[in-house]
Amino acid sequence: MSEAAATSVAPADGVSGLVDDWTADKQAYHVPWGKAMMWIFLVSDTFIFTCFLTGYLNVRMTTTQPWPPQSDIFALSFGGSEPIPLILIAIMTFVLITSSGTMALAVNYGYRRDKTKTIWLIIATALFGATFVGMQAFEWTKLIVDEGVRPWGNPFGAPQFGSVFFMVTGFHGLHVSAGVIYLLWVARRIWAGYYDKKGFEIVEIAGLYWHFVDLVWVFIFAFFYLL
Amino acid sequence: MAYVPLADQELELHHPHSWVTKYVWSQDHKVIAIQYGGTAIAVGLVALVLSLFMRMQLGFPETFDLIDPNSYYQSVTMHGMIMVIYLLTALFLGGFGNYLIPLMCGARDMVFPFMNMLSYWVYLVSVIILLASFFVSGGPTGAGWTLYPPQTSMAGTPGHDMGIVLMLVSLAVFIVAFTMGGLNYVVTVLQYRCRGLTMMRLPLAVWGIFVATVLGLFAFPALLVAAIMMLFDTLIGTSFFMPAVIESGAALDYDGGSPILFQHLFWFFGHPEVYIVALPAFGLVSDVLSTHARKNIFGYRMMVWAIIAIGLLSFIVWAHHMYVSGMHPYFGFFFATTTLIIAVPTALKVYNWVLTLWEGDIRMNAPMYFAIGFIFTFIHGGLTGLFLGNVVIDLPLSDTYFVVAHFHMVMGVSPILVLFAALYHWFPKMSGRMYHEGMAKLHFWCTFLGTYAIYLPMHYLGIHGVPRRYYALGTTEFMAPATQDANTAITIAALFVGASQLLFFINVIWSLRYGEKSGPNPWGANSLEWQTPDTPPIHGNWGDSLPTVYRWAYDYSVPGAHEDFIPQNTPESEEPTVDEEHFDPDHDVSKADL
Repeated sequence: MSEAAATSVAPADGVSGLVDDWTADKQAYHVPWGKAMMWIFLVSDTFIFTCFLTGYLNVRMTTTQPWPPQSDIFALSFGGSEPIPLILIAIMTFVLITSSGTMALAVNYGYRRDKTKTIWLIIATALFGATFVGMQAFEWTKLIVDEGVRPWGNPFGAPQFGSVFFMVTGFHGLHVSAGVIYLLWVARRIWAGYYDKKGFEIVEIAGLYWHFVDLVWVFIFAFFYLL
Repeated sequence: MAYVPLADQELELHHPHSWVTKYVWSQDHKVIAIQYGGTAIAVGLVALVLSLFMRMQLGFPETFDLIDPNSYYQSVTMHGMIMVIYLLTALFLGGFGNYLIPLMCGARDMVFPFMNMLSYWVYLVSVIILLASFFVSGGPTGAGWTLYPPQTSMAGTPGHDMGIVLMLVSLAVFIVAFTMGGLNYVVTVLQYRCRGLTMMRLPLAVWGIFVATVLGLFAFPALLVAAIMMLFDTLIGTSFFMPAVIESGAALDYDGGSPILFQHLFWFFGHPEVYIVALPAFGLVSDVLSTHARKNIFGYRMMVWAIIAIGLLSFIVWAHHMYVSGMHPYFGFFFATTTLIIAVPTALKVYNWVLTLWEGDIRMNAPMYFAIGFIFTFIHGGLTGLFLGNVVIDLPLSDTYFVVAHFHMVMGVSPILVLFAALYHWFPKMSGRMYHEGMAKLHFWCTFLGTYAIYLPMHYLGIHGVPRRYYALGTTEFMAPATQDANTAITIAALFVGASQLLFFINVIWSLRYGEKSGPNPWGANSLEWQTPDTPPIHGNWGDSLPTVYRWAYDYSVPGAHEDFIPQNTPESEEPTVDEEHFDPDHDVSKADL
């Protein structure tokens, strides 16, 4: 906006200058409200996942039985070969990180107002996400049917292993699934021309959510599968 | 694309087309606020009646067949949970937050009105789920409002099957509702203020609600996670919180869980929750005190920083609720220290309220009665908090009536007095009519003196060692025979206070019909909500153009001004300014004008 604020307050130095700047009139952050809202939501969501992971570490300490060996349980053999530890999780992680790449490209093309490329990149991102959820479904099936892991117990040791696994990966899987639906909804609205006048910040906002879900996966991967 | 600040964009208002979209599926923040407020007060009345059940049992044991040990514990649990979450949180943030934030920020509505509407309806669903637990087999949970495992899921606890499940589901749904509303409140305050309204010119009511909402967004996740884990423990037999337990001689199918983990998660939410209720009360009462004392709030910047400091500190004190759960002495030392440090910004606020009254031109209206009553009850409850914050003093007092008296004074009575102050103060803006002053003052005296009659004796009971949460005290060596007399007296006072709340409802109903027309600004207040073109404000709030703000909200009794108040949207050219940002101690405005 061309017009300056209707006040005559001169900015001060040091800390009070910082406060004046941050609390200046109209808005605290020079971003659309949707983006500010998404950031704050993601901080709140971070607290949820932090509590989940803290709870997991805590019950892993309190349980009286040994913790099952994850690298053996999450191993997969191809055509009768030696089982490769954590190979499925590695592929899943690769798929999810790749989807972050296509998402970043979609944001870029969105700001360039290249609608076709934006839509296709968003769809690609959603497909990677759906692939991730599909592989997760495969992993769950293998664990439940073949290995006999249940939320209340498993043949390998501490029952909390299954409880935490299904709860944390399930909660993350729900986030990815919600993200896929959200992305497809955004793509459809771009295609319908809904954002032609409003601008394409929505792609970046959806992207923030998507990158967050990826980042959370990295922590789940490190804390649950590797630790 | 050129970037346009939000306050300069035209908001697409969703204008209602029918009675249903105007008053039921409304996206107008004022209608949503009243929906939130009405629902919260209705469910709060249920909790009030439950507390009277408890008191009748304690005051006159073996008299009422209606109240057996199970229904007593169910009343304790539901009373606590409803009052803290479904009444106080919802009414302060969903009710006053919704009503005041857009008006005080000079905005037309919240940034995302549709989600704001959803927030209310999801909240209503959570209330219905909660109340449904009264009608399932086994009744609502009787685990105490803290829901500590393992006893929540043990067969001896009432409502251990369906009751606890409905409670946890209801809490999870409430958190979803709160998040949708809370994101709106925070972003509206950050991004949607009108021209000239720096955050350091916001009324303290907005500051209190804003910081409390931020606390809620970061504290409720811990409760959500605890609720999900406990639901799994109850429904599918996981052992997050359940250790190996033997019940009636048989080992249950649980092993290796950590009950202490639940306590940590619960209180990581539970302690900030105290301030989610208290900070909006601090903010609202500051505005009421300043307006009716016709004097600027003392130390505005200090008040803002105190709110922020209390908010930050509230996240690192939670384990002071767990001194008797067993913890390393150094942790006890840490949490006792942080707890006592909170007393510093809190005491600063109390001093500033008192100094605001100092030499003020005090108008003793009903809101002012309640606000001054709040200062009394809050000092009282705050001082007993210092007792309980110390590990060594807490250990003997833990789980006695002293604790009950403390938290009812500090986060029961005090916020409720502010709620009434705020309801009477803003009633003219919400309805366009004045309330009945005499009835409101009678309501104040009944509530204020009545609550003291309830909670003052409880301190003595507690120091005496009377334990809380007991269905019947029976006869014991250490309790004096007068214990029962005190309990009977407390019950009579509680019944009196409960009945006297009818005065409020009669007053509201009477005033909506017969109250005098209030006009737009009956108190001569400065903040923006009193400057709307219509009273009550219509959809969109501001008519054709948004207001511009030139000063803080506390220019009362400015020397040289035409009246004893200068609304925030009065330009500097028309009236002198002395807000803190412009304050020049060497320049005396009154002398300059002479």
